[in-house]
Amino acid sequence: MINEFSVFRSIDKINDSTHLIKVYSPSIAASAKPGQFCNIKVSDNNFPLLRRPFSICDVNGDEIHFLFDIHGEGTRLLCNKKNGDTLDILGPLGSGFKIEGDYDTAVIVAGGLGSAPFPFLIKKLPANKKIVSFVGGRSKDLVLTYGLKNVFTATDDGSDGFNGTVVELLKMELENFSKNKIRIFSCGPNPMLKALQLFSIQNNYDCQLSLESAMACGFGICQGCPVESADGESYLLVCKDGPIFNADQVKL
Amino acid sequence: MNGIDLSVNVGGLKLKNPVLLASGTVGYGNEIAEFTDLNKIGGIVTKSVSLKPRKGNPPQRIVETPSGMLNAIGLANVGIEKFITEKIPFLKKYDTALICNIAASTVEEYVECVRILKDEDAIKAFEINVSCPNVKEGGLEFGNDLKAVGRITEKVKSVTDKPVIIKLSPNVSKISEFAKVVKQSGGDAVSAINTLVGTSFDINTRRPKIKNITGGLSGPAIKPVALAKVLEIKRNSDIPIIGIGGIMNWKDAVEMMIVGASAFQIGTVNFINPNAGLEIISGLAEYCEKHNIKKISELTGSYQI
Ligand SMILES: Cc1cc2nc3c(=O)[nH]c(=O)nc-3n(C[C@H](O)[C@H](O)[C@H](O)COP(=O)(O)OP(=O)(O)OC[C@H]3O[C@@H](n4cnc5c(N)ncnc54)[C@H](O)[C@@H]3O)c2cc1C
Ligand SMILES: Cc1cc2nc3c(=O)[nH]c(=O)nc-3n(C[C@H](O)[C@H](O)[C@H](O)COP(=O)(O)O)c2cc1C
Ligand code: FES
Repeated sequence: MINEFSVFRSIDKINDSTHLIKVYSPSIAASAKPGQFCNIKVSDNNFPLLRRPFSICDVNGDEIHFLFDIHGEGTRLLCNKKNGDTLDILGPLGSGFKIEGDYDTAVIVAGGLGSAPFPFLIKKLPANKKIVSFVGGRSKDLVLTYGLKNVFTATDDGSDGFNGTVVELLKMELENFSKNKIRIFSCGPNPMLKALQLFSIQNNYDCQLSLESAMACGFGICQGCPVESADGESYLLVCKDGPIFNADQVKL
Repeated sequence: MNGIDLSVNVGGLKLKNPVLLASGTVGYGNEIAEFTDLNKIGGIVTKSVSLKPRKGNPPQRIVETPSGMLNAIGLANVGIEKFITEKIPFLKKYDTALICNIAASTVEEYVECVRILKDEDAIKAFEINVSCPNVKEGGLEFGNDLKAVGRITEKVKSVTDKPVIIKLSPNVSKISEFAKVVKQSGGDAVSAINTLVGTSFDINTRRPKIKNITGGLSGPAIKPVALAKVLEIKRNSDIPIIGIGGIMNWKDAVEMMIVGASAFQIGTVNFINPNAGLEIISGLAEYCEKHNIKKISELTGSYQI
């Protein structure tokens, strides 16, 4: 965990609503792992007061990349940054995806902006792993396939790929894989993660979920980001114990 | 920085500088230690600890507000047993004053907690939280009741020789009355303020943004309130005050000391800038140098009205 004053390098539009920013942040880049995130101060003053968390989308040498949509004030300010601006970033934060282990195929399941952490994961997966990506969105323009491999798409309105949810699509396609040999890596909206969690627990699939939560600090000191443990006994912290959890670890 | 004495004495609690990290905003120190040098900080006030572990409130626990945030964590904590076996050993390693904040739902429970902890050498003082707005029992129920605050102060003092600081609620009409009661009951200092009760609703769903409906407001938004409360206490009582509320930088800290604080705590700012404490310390030293102040304690209550 480092607090690094980074340099804003570039911003590009990936589609109508999604932006990709590249930031020169050598120390964070050097220690980042796929699935981790950064907490970014988007202004120099108290408005907005809190940092904003974003998944590390990719790391390229000394640069970190982030992928985001304009959501509210914070992301609007981020979008207005100019090349050369300083950006105050805390990172890398949280646990990353567990990528070691005995599996043949990495199955990526993403909904909407949930695609964000996967370009970096794909880069870091051992070369012998097969990769297949399932990506869902409400409609064609909300299906984000940036940096993904071997993509199957699903849309709620049928405007692209399978007509239905990405988890329904996954259920159909997974018939073609031997279940002991896959590991699911997922990120997306809560209803999607919930459906996927149920499906993987029922079928004994090895599955990791990337969760979101409102956050203040992003590194474990405020206790603002709880998720209930599967046994209901305690709360885990999304920022520190996660954001990546095994499907059987948490109650969504 | 040469020659400026930053040390302070708050009701018998000696600190190498007036900067304390506020309860609930640094956990038990281990995470923030990755970003800042705790050896340089005046002291750490640990997350409110209760006799038994507390799970805390369900999500959503926090929401951002203009220049502030609301929280309803619900005093989630590891309980006193784990606090002793797992948290104190880590904190002991640092050359900083350890102040243990205690929450409870009965007078007896406060006393019991202090009794269990009083022989821990590492603990330099107790801060008694009678002002948490986010739990059903204990919290504000006590913080609003002059007699209860007096009784808690007296009983806790009777089981320990260490300084006892009572953390006051701003959610009362006359905070100085509470400070006076603490003083009369043998308390060594007060800290003020805890968070202000607030809420926030989603206009589309018409639902509260935090599950607990109300939460405690903190951050720069509450600084003017905190300053006014500290000033009110200072003008009506001679009990030492630890000022808390909305301090983001050394200027805010100087202001807090001018209105009457002997030391101060920083809370919400730690979430945004985990090195804020150290930056404030150097800012304070520079300010003193510039204004020809030899001892930082000269600032306390130095307002010109
Ligand atoms: C670990 C993590 C990784 C993320 N990665 C990405 C990413 O790669 N790309 C991306 O576009 N977005 C990501 N997000 C979401 C991103 O943080 C929000 O889009 C961003 O905070 C919006 O800020 P804003 O000021 O524009 O929006 P506003 O809605 O004006 O403000 C956001 C406020 O809403 C609250 N909030 C944020 N997220 C939630 C939530 N899930 N539940 C409840 N309240 C919330 C916060 O307290 C914050 O103060 C991630 C979130 C987390 C927790
Ligand atoms: C997330 C959060 C948790 C807190 N938990 C506690 C607590 O457990 N006990 C306590 O006495 N005060 C608690 N506080 C109050 C702070 O110690 C402090 O009084 C308050 O935040 C005002 O200071 P600030 O504006 O610098 O944050 C908490 C505050 C926040 C923001
Ligand atoms: S965001 Fe502060 S503990 Fe997780």
